[in-house]
Amino acid sequence: MESLTAYDRLGLARRMDRPRTMDFIRRMFTDFIEFRGDRCYGDDHAVVGGVALYRGLPVTILGHRKGSNVEDNILCNFGMPHPEGYRKSQRLAKQAEKFGRPVICFIDTPGAYPGTGAEARGQGQAIADNIALFSELKVPVISVVIGEGGSGGALAFGVADRVLMMENAVYEILSPEGFASILWRDSSLADRACRLMKPTAQDLLELGIIDALIPEPEGGAHMDPDAAIDSVDRQVQRSLSVLMKQDLLTLVRNRDRKYRNMGSRKTLSQKTKE
Amino acid sequence: MDTFEIKKHKIWIMKSLRKGLGLGRPDHGQERNMFEKCPSCNTVFSRKELEDSHHVCPSCGYHFRMGAHDRIRLICDPGSFEEMAAGMTSANVLDFPDYRQVLKEAKQVSGLNEAYVFGRCTVRSYAAVTGVLDSSFIMGSMGATVGEKITLSIEYAQQHQLPLIIFSASGGARMQEGTVSLMQMAKTSAAMRRFSHQGGLFVSCLTNPTTGGVLASYASLGDIILAEPGALIGFAGPRVIEQTIGQKLPEGFQTSEYLLEHGFLDRIVERSELRDIIGQILKLHERRRSASWNL
Ligand SMILES: [Zn+2]
Repeated sequence: MESLTAYDRLGLARRMDRPRTMDFIRRMFTDFIEFRGDRCYGDDHAVVGGVALYRGLPVTILGHRKGSNVEDNILCNFGMPHPEGYRKSQRLAKQAEKFGRPVICFIDTPGAYPGTGAEARGQGQAIADNIALFSELKVPVISVVIGEGGSGGALAFGVADRVLMMENAVYEILSPEGFASILWRDSSLADRACRLMKPTAQDLLELGIIDALIPEPEGGAHMDPDAAIDSVDRQVQRSLSVLMKQDLLTLVRNRDRKYRNMGSRKTLSQKTKE
Repeated sequence: MDTFEIKKHKIWIMKSLRKGLGLGRPDHGQERNMFEKCPSCNTVFSRKELEDSHHVCPSCGYHFRMGAHDRIRLICDPGSFEEMAAGMTSANVLDFPDYRQVLKEAKQVSGLNEAYVFGRCTVRSYAAVTGVLDSSFIMGSMGATVGEKITLSIEYAQQHQLPLIIFSASGGARMQEGTVSLMQMAKTSAAMRRFSHQGGLFVSCLTNPTTGGVLASYASLGDIILAEPGALIGFAGPRVIEQTIGQKLPEGFQTSEYLLEHGFLDRIVERSELRDIIGQILKLHERRRSASWNL
């Protein structure tokens, strides 16, 4: 797998047969029950939320939902949420805090949906509120980037005590196609853009943005989805058992500190020295 | 970041560099741009006229984009602004090709070290911390240093129990810093939450344009959210939306007026009234008023 370029990995991350949030939920958890709606406007099918048991422990699950065929994908808008999705997530995250349940998030989205309804109902506001809420949520939060993590729409589920990332997942500021068309007015240069953006798990581990890289089966997660999900499961288990031992004050303080230092003068100068 | 805005900005940078314009900054010692045309009604004005009218078109009311220091002169009491962390500059965190050159040109064009300027000041005699994003510096985009400076301004306001006023104008995240830029949304939002828990007042003022990662982070977390008339405010850029939905956007979509009607703003404030309105808000939030009140 060493020879894969960032663009190769993007291709793997976008494969329709790659394990999706629902596959992780089915294999890693028991007793999952989906809870829907933002209690305000609607239910966003691009975001799945609910409660399940993780090895006997009640947890709240949130994730982007993508389909494994075109029909399903149309139903869940290709995993691109509207504001309702982020507001549903806020509702369920607050509920998790109330009942002392850890939150486990699965990130798999090209980005928040750029549409007129989404703007009219406050996409920016909804994402900002989500990010702010997770920055101070008083329960352990683990976030796993399982496919494409696109822009603020991904980060909304990515403010966590531990951010884990699958080997071939990408986490980016915007799609490499968009990036290329903005910088060079040529979306066919996505390959080059992808390399420069440094969006791979290896890049982001080195930049200190993610906490762990989860290896995938030879050839990518789609070659052996069960094995891929099981290695995510093992890492989630390791992270959660550490986080569950911390008192909530320490937990939130550490999370705060982690994000405070992202790209601060201190951390950047350390990086330059290395 | 919005495609349209970046393109416009790049063309604008190229043009201004080619013509060697100082863009109104006297320290350049080059020929100054003496006239400007209103993009809304095409009337031509001298820079002096525009400065006198606070960069608002005297004939149609169009609000021109405003540099950080012009904004500070408009809002802060004369001589009261003390800039902080002025020397901070950006590093090329991803070793992105040409980024150093882009930064260098942005510094020349804007006369600033980075896109965010903040400091302590008074507004109508009320002490505050004021921060301004300047869209002439790489579209006011938020990279690590802008994110850090915004966070420092929030933390300074928190430590000194001062109200915080931020004028945003941004195309979103700084592309050349990739995912590091994205994380600034988390950093600034978390800092804003801590400030809010301490009872800090944040007045978020959205100016043209406020889009992408800036709108989807600290800028939307104001206790009070104001906007200037006619500003472009949105998460996704208009061009991206048009491409996605395959149709033209209606007139007035993603303007301040549109956001006000959809419930995302407290008020739209004309530039000429901005200092008074902010002064009034600061007056109404003075802590001692509630603490010492009795009949
Ligand atoms: Zn005009």
